[in-house]
Amino acid sequence: MIAWAGGVVRDRRAPHGTHRDRGFEAFVAGAAGRLLHTATLLTAEDPQHNPRACHLLTLALADTYAGWDRLRGDDPYDRTRQYLAGRFAREAWHRYGRLSRTRRRPPGVLGALAPHERLALVLRLHEGVAEEQTAALLGLPAERVRVLCDRAVSRLTHPARRPATAVDGPGAGAGGSGAVAGGSGAVAS
Amino acid sequence: MNRAEQEAAVRRILDQDPPQVPAGLYADAVRRGTRLLRRRTLARRTLWLLLLTAAVAFAVWALTVRPWVQPPSQTTPPVPGW
Repeated sequence: MIAWAGGVVRDRRAPHGTHRDRGFEAFVAGAAGRLLHTATLLTAEDPQHNPRACHLLTLALADTYAGWDRLRGDDPYDRTRQYLAGRFAREAWHRYGRLSRTRRRPPGVLGALAPHERLALVLRLHEGVAEEQTAALLGLPAERVRVLCDRAVSRLTHPARRPATAVDGPGAGAGGSGAVAGGSGAVAS
Repeated sequence: MNRAEQEAAVRRILDQDPPQVPAGLYADAVRRGTRLLRRRTLARRTLWLLLLTAAVAFAVWALTVRPWVQPPSQTTPPVPGW
């Protein structure tokens, strides 16, 4: 019975294998550039030298490839992005933890931000995922995602105020820095 | 600078300098994906085999022990000549 089942699987895989390869190749050709950009923003690496982002994307694409036949009309891009975000969040949790303050600043444009701030900012603004979806993807309340995103935006647009906002509490820091950022922005422009 | 302008500025910062996709990335992803598939197939088959073995073992045990048959009484002695 096992041999019979195996035979069926093998027979079905032979014609599907090439089909899958073709579809997957087209998908990678179209989406890899944007996904790698997202991964590089998440890891905050130099765009010319991003081994961690490449590794992250390879794992995400491998997962999409393995589940290609069971997508059933789902968007492979969404699936890959979801895996990418989840994997990055888990790695950030294990890798950085409380040591993030002592680590040296990564060289990317988002190097000044904490990993979860990068994740919220990149998903919301670069990928254009809705706030509720981002919250569901990260397992956070929507308000928390908004706070993270606001804090990241104000920190990026006013890098000089970074130490002041870093010391503040999460809620008060975002609100206060937003107000201060608005005022100084008006003066600057 | 209001919120929309700030977000537009951040989007501009994010969009600059996109990285180049390395050449071996597709092949590497397919290689890892194939390995993942093979491992999943193997795990699925092992689970089915385990289930089948358990079912066969249970059937054999049930047919030999016949737990549904009431065992002969051990306490009441046989009553002859009633």
